[in-house]
Amino acid sequence: MIGSAFPGNSDLTEIARNVRINIIRSVHHAKGGHLGGPFSAVELLVSLYFHELRIDPQNPSWEERDRFILSKGHSAIGLYAVMAERGFFPKEELMTFDAIDSRLQGHPDMTKTPGIDMSSGSLGQGLSAGIGIALGARMLGKDCRTYVMIGDGEAQEGQIWEAAFIASRYKLDNLVAILDNNKVQQFGWQYPMPLPPIDHPAQKFEAFGWNVIEINGHDFKEILDAFAAAKKVKGKPTIIIANTIKGKGISFAEGKYQWHARVPNDEELAQALVELEKAG
Amino acid sequence: MEKVLAQRDVFGETLVELAHQDPRIVCLDGDLSTSTRADLMFEAYPERFLQMGIAEQNMFGVAAGIATMGFIPFISTFAVFAAKRALDQIRIVIAQPGLNVKFIGAYSGILTGKTGKTHQAMEDLTVFRAMPNVVSIAPIDGVEVRAAMRAMVAYNGPVYLRLTRDPMPIIMAENYEFKIGKAIVLREGHDISLIGTGEQTQRCLEAAKLLAEEGVQAYVLHVPTLKPLDNEAIVKAASATGLVVTAEDHSILGGLGGAVAEVLGEEYPVRMKRVGVKDTFGESAPNGPLLEKYGLTPRHIVEAAHTLLNYRKS
Repeated sequence: MIGSAFPGNSDLTEIARNVRINIIRSVHHAKGGHLGGPFSAVELLVSLYFHELRIDPQNPSWEERDRFILSKGHSAIGLYAVMAERGFFPKEELMTFDAIDSRLQGHPDMTKTPGIDMSSGSLGQGLSAGIGIALGARMLGKDCRTYVMIGDGEAQEGQIWEAAFIASRYKLDNLVAILDNNKVQQFGWQYPMPLPPIDHPAQKFEAFGWNVIEINGHDFKEILDAFAAAKKVKGKPTIIIANTIKGKGISFAEGKYQWHARVPNDEELAQALVELEKAG
Repeated sequence: MEKVLAQRDVFGETLVELAHQDPRIVCLDGDLSTSTRADLMFEAYPERFLQMGIAEQNMFGVAAGIATMGFIPFISTFAVFAAKRALDQIRIVIAQPGLNVKFIGAYSGILTGKTGKTHQAMEDLTVFRAMPNVVSIAPIDGVEVRAAMRAMVAYNGPVYLRLTRDPMPIIMAENYEFKIGKAIVLREGHDISLIGTGEQTQRCLEAAKLLAEEGVQAYVLHVPTLKPLDNEAIVKAASATGLVVTAEDHSILGGLGGAVAEVLGEEYPVRMKRVGVKDTFGESAPNGPLLEKYGLTPRHIVEAAHTLLNYRKS
């Protein structure tokens, strides 16, 4: 199937639930990987892969496709769970995550996984690659769009701001950045009081010449509306600042830096699965 | 009069030639094009010249992205910035995925036009030798720059091209065909082998002339590709004379000297000396005094040869 799957919002909710279950099962099985960041990004990733992106899971290197880069590459398992749901590879393959010879590496690897448009993992780099793709698409006269998801901790990298400047200077209106603004990084600032990874991201990107849309990153309607609004803006790149909750959906992990990359034990897995099954 | 050419001028002219033949070629500039001579590309094809400003990390990332769209980006920057300022970007989004990005290191080595230690690239070859998937080339002269650039475009993958700033004589014949990974014997001899890379091979040839005046016949091997390395040619050079001097305008740690020592240590141990920049940073000065102070002149190569020949006698 080519193009958007266009399921309704209730279906998207169901997909998101399955994705979260598959993420935590995969991380538990692999005894490695991250939880907090993938969980905050689930609704955003599901919206991209089941609604927004013009893609064909049967033909992942289709030249006219939209491109997506997960610049916050440590959330790879979240992306894999969504891509498996969308049909890029079998869901059973999620159990090979982080295993030897797996196509599903700890950080996205475009040479191994079908449908990955750029390798990532060392933070701060995806937005620049997205600019290259967007520039190339424009030079080729292609109408495909490029989406890059960055983390709020990642926005501490200087390269993000080099890229922010260049995307704006080249007026890349075919480029959309998504900031998974989950307010928590690996450890960050805890004393004398907790501080978020980045202050006033909207003001900062506005100052760099971007169109800024701020939304609740767990609300499908707001996400889809933001993608639609971004398409109407000409002459500047758009950033969607998606306010999210790290570890969203597991009561004991939500908002806690300790769950950035912690592997759940059997008991924690069981409790998380109960909560996820119950969630509306 | 002897013909001289600056490698950077040839780079700029050849980039335009190649861009004329191949619409996939674009140039990304880190605001050094008037030095690297990528400005010739701007004059010829302004719409295919993408100014990235003074922001190398982003520039290498943009190159990776545009390469996935089928373009062949040539990045114009100095060797110091390619090898260090954007090193992680090269590793993650260019070398690991093996993307078709060509990046030049202009103003390599110690002769950087009186800019001093901040701008002298002494360890770029060491860095890129240790980077999987990256081909590294250091041409001897302008003719080899042009030939190497043709080979770079024909090759699908990341390539680092190490260039020098100032005019130097032309050594290679106009019809010379460059092959990635192939070293070239420039002089036969049976007394001692001089192995050079980049422009420093020219100083090996001058050293060979000086040695010939004393009756010593030097075998001269030019190694333009540091990776993949032509192990066979290096072993052959060592076996031809049993003594090896390496010469490079680069640190002796991990560059050509290091590479040759690794090959010979495992495959054909012979006595050798490495002529190059010692474990030190440079300074700003005219070329002559720099070559003299940092031990890079033909005379320094001759002295290294004498040391080895004396070992043989004793």
